Amino acid sequence: MELFSHLAVGFGVALTPINLLYALVGALLGTLIGVLPGIGPVATIAMLLPTTYALQPVSALIMLAGIYYGAQYGGSTTAILVNMPGESSSVVTCLDGYQMARRGQAGAALATAALGSFFAGTCATLLVAAVSLPLSALALKFGPAEYFSLMVLGLIGAVVLAHGSLVKAIAMIILGLLLGIVGTDVNSGVARFDFGIPELSDGIGVVVVAMGLFGFSEIILNLESTEKRELITTKLRGMWPTKAQFKLAAPAVLRGTALGSVLGVLPGGGAMLSSFASYSIEKKLAKDPSQFGKGAIQGVAGPESANNAGAQTSFIPLLTLGIPENAVMAMMVGAMMIHNIQPGPQVMTSNPQLFWGLVASMWVGNLMLVVLNLPLIGIWIKLLTVPYRLLYPAILLFCAIGVYTVNNTSFDVMQTAFFGLLGVIFAKLECEPAPLLLGFVLGPMMEENLRRALLLSRGDPTVFATRPISAGLLAAAILLVLVIALPKVRSQREEAFQEA
Amino acid sequence: MMSIRNPKDFWSGVLFALLGVATIALASKYTLGTAARMGPGYFPRILGILLIILGAILALRATRSDGPPMPRFQWRPLFIVLGSVVLFGAIVRSVGVALSTVILIVAASAASREFRPRESLIAGVLLAALAVGVFVIGLQLQLPIWPGQQ
Repeated sequence: MELFSHLAVGFGVALTPINLLYALVGALLGTLIGVLPGIGPVATIAMLLPTTYALQPVSALIMLAGIYYGAQYGGSTTAILVNMPGESSSVVTCLDGYQMARRGQAGAALATAALGSFFAGTCATLLVAAVSLPLSALALKFGPAEYFSLMVLGLIGAVVLAHGSLVKAIAMIILGLLLGIVGTDVNSGVARFDFGIPELSDGIGVVVVAMGLFGFSEIILNLESTEKRELITTKLRGMWPTKAQFKLAAPAVLRGTALGSVLGVLPGGGAMLSSFASYSIEKKLAKDPSQFGKGAIQGVAGPESANNAGAQTSFIPLLTLGIPENAVMAMMVGAMMIHNIQPGPQVMTSNPQLFWGLVASMWVGNLMLVVLNLPLIGIWIKLLTVPYRLLYPAILLFCAIGVYTVNNTSFDVMQTAFFGLLGVIFAKLECEPAPLLLGFVLGPMMEENLRRALLLSRGDPTVFATRPISAGLLAAAILLVLVIALPKVRSQREEAFQEA
Repeated sequence: MMSIRNPKDFWSGVLFALLGVATIALASKYTLGTAARMGPGYFPRILGILLIILGAILALRATRSDGPPMPRFQWRPLFIVLGSVVLFGAIVRSVGVALSTVILIVAASAASREFRPRESLIAGVLLAALAVGVFVIGLQLQLPIWPGQQ
């Protein structure tokens, strides 16, 4: 089997001591930020990106990927123990996980979450490996017209499945595309939107945008709210679920894994959507739905498996097509670009060590997390007792040093502060920043493919509709918008997000 | 008589439309080219037009359906957080990581309602030691530790 020889190459890379170390560092850092509220994986990856310059690209990506899936584990720990979702993807875990903890079943809930996540991570890693080959083979046949349409579908899909106003989200994408093309145009050499500032002729850095929009503004908004965090410590008794609980949890894990794997691949999918969807499905399927919200183990097992599966499979569109489907994947694009790797189907053939090494490291990282997480819970809980007034200046410091060292210029720090201000304004206007980041990383690619497609067709825009694959992709994008615009679907979509 | 019934949507619409106008104004300096041979001004102009259309839709819709009021801006955390970071960026090269870290931590801490000057000073000194250890010594980033080193 070709697949296994590829995986063997991957494990050869992932199991070298240095890459094991970076997987561990990434997974631990991810757990840490998963535990701590007020800082998410996007800001963390932005913070650490500058420190990965000196690393091998594969080590850098292994560490950054570890942050993403590590955050899923960490987020569930605090959700269960202190009713506080460290990550948005573990919001639903609070509902039943915390109730289990209050009944003295914290151990069972944590073990279910960890083992379910590990099972889901294992399946999803295999899926990534299996699907990647045919998908990237297909993508290699794509011309510029197909690529342009694929990006349109990816961007539209990403906002359709997110919550909030569709028009605002599309406007944010377009703003992102515009910010993405700031700097010297590769074709004409004209510096666009640089306001005569030489630093801007190189374009705006992804670290700057992400850290401002996701890091700084989050801190500012947290400082505005007056609510105090309360910490309830629960005693851990009996780590293992009972037989009856296991019987309830196992099918939920299977369903969550399947659901998360599928939703993770879709644009806009990933960890958060998967966990929400899984919770509502488990609630509908349960024999006794009234138990939900009162400590039903399926309510922990399903979403926790789903969010981890979704986190893993959301790498598929990135690795095979070069299209990021959520903000974290947009950061991974940024990381690859910094290491001079153009994301896309050619990565697998031109850089097999990197591709399969990253895939294999995901499984290794998951294994580390399941082994390490339970013994380390005590430490994570201690960290939660650090008050926010001490935490946020430290986060700001690491952000500031990180962004300064990208180019060793204070101009980058000022730019980041500007994006922090922008982030606060957008938050007040209820405009989600994630679509902007997606548009930002895709901006130059999208313009280039549009340009090439129309050059080949001699300026005839119907090329997007007459080439069958391109037409299909565009039709799917239009269909998505129309479906969401239907009032009935819209109200159901709102409902789905409010249920949790 | 039209009235703003959904201020968040209305003002986002206005913001997007204005940004669209600004984009087109700035892009007018760049060659448009033709669809087959796009100049540097082609794609930005498309995006600018789309922004204006979307902004107009948002603003017009906001006069027809209701929404929550605009939340207030709180200037204190906004200015202190962003200001202390900009200050750090401006002085780190001349003053060095150690001192600028202490300044950043103490200044940024003042944004919190629970600001405790002495505590933040201690935190600043500890974090300065950590920052020097991790970034300058550990990761070998090109940053001076003390004033006057560069």
